[in-house]
Amino acid sequence: MQVPAPFSYQRATSVEHAIELLGKHGPEARVVAGGHSLIPMMKLRLAQPDALIDINDLNDLSYIRVAGDQLLIGALTRHAELLASPVVGEHLPIFHDAERVIADPIVRNFGTVGGSLCQADPAEDLSAAFAAVRAEAVIRGPGGTRTVAVRDLHVGPYETVLAPDELLTEVRVPIRPGGGSAYEKVERRVGDYPVAAAGAVLWLDGDTITDAGIGLTAVGAPHFTAPEAEAALRGQPATEERFAEAGRLAAEHCNPVADQRGPVDYKRHLAGELTVRALRRAAARARGEA
Amino acid sequence: MEITVTVNDQQYTKDVEPRLLLVHFLRQTLGLTGTHWGCDTSNCGTCVVWFDGRPVKSCTVLAVMADGHQIRTVEGLAAGGELDPVQQGFIQCHGLQCGFCTPGMLMTARALLDANPDPSEAEIREAISGQLCRCTGYENIVRSIRWAAEHATTEPTAEEVSA
Repeated sequence: MQVPAPFSYQRATSVEHAIELLGKHGPEARVVAGGHSLIPMMKLRLAQPDALIDINDLNDLSYIRVAGDQLLIGALTRHAELLASPVVGEHLPIFHDAERVIADPIVRNFGTVGGSLCQADPAEDLSAAFAAVRAEAVIRGPGGTRTVAVRDLHVGPYETVLAPDELLTEVRVPIRPGGGSAYEKVERRVGDYPVAAAGAVLWLDGDTITDAGIGLTAVGAPHFTAPEAEAALRGQPATEERFAEAGRLAAEHCNPVADQRGPVDYKRHLAGELTVRALRRAAARARGEA
Repeated sequence: MEITVTVNDQQYTKDVEPRLLLVHFLRQTLGLTGTHWGCDTSNCGTCVVWFDGRPVKSCTVLAVMADGHQIRTVEGLAAGGELDPVQQGFIQCHGLQCGFCTPGMLMTARALLDANPDPSEAEIREAISGQLCRCTGYENIVRSIRWAAEHATTEPTAEEVSA
């Protein structure tokens, strides 16, 4: 039987209360939302927080809405809600692609968007998707609110820039016209973490790529990004040749490690191939073909 | 700490350690052993119960997180001694062999049919994709859930009983 080490448990009644509790309990406290990454780690004693601060009662952190040219996603939004949201599908199909292959429908009922980002698992899917679309994370702490690019949120495996007494409250995704996005993942079996995965967003003017975003996960890409591949696409025609070159660059600049999901050369191959497939599908969507 | 959880419409107040998992609270503290405890890694899905109407893997939820919430387990499926159509479906279509995965399958099936009363085979397979069965190859589970979809009431026809 897997049993977590002992800890104290408290429920936050508001964001301010959560921040206060985090401050009171110090760096050994952890926030629990869906708990579907944290609790398994606690059961394996890979995580042994002294205190858990439960934020599941903070219903005001659960929403998806458009405000101006941004899609706002509350941190407590469940994976299932992101997948079911028509507004997400309309503007940013990359998230529906990704959510369809994150864990399974039961786990998606509980796991949260904010929890996925804060867990900072190096093989997590939404981190790559949010990095691809250049989302911003809204972080609240005792001193007020700050925003951090998702590309700067993760400082290493299971580590973020959040201070112990800060809480991720919202993710903001820019909505720009003329774009298309997609996510491609290879997993060993349904619901598993990826062997490798790539997300892409493209903006086209005619057939010219005006801007591009690429996110990679599970392949050791710094900050889940592929900036060399993005740079090679900007201003270029949206053709198979350019996508292949971007895939080559994405594969070259990532750093996969061998593990039970596959050897380095296979993962590197996937990083390139999945980048190409995601770009191809993103371009088709930008053209209104898919 | 003291928690009050409503399980199958009955309120229970118990003193538990914060680290107690919901599955063990149900099985050991309350004695509701219909919910099975399987892989312990949120993969197999035999521990699925409803948490405020949503299926969840109870090996990955703390009992204290259920304080003040509504839990429904497989024991709560049969109303007034009458089997739920999904239970009847598993009988009619041989939806189990060893029965280990069955409680979780039944709870997921009921939730699926509540949301989507006429699911396609693909939708059924997607709904149970977070659950493992090592006996049936899933074929008979899918048939059982389709049977339940086609029989809104629990009474099998005379023909089905004799079959």
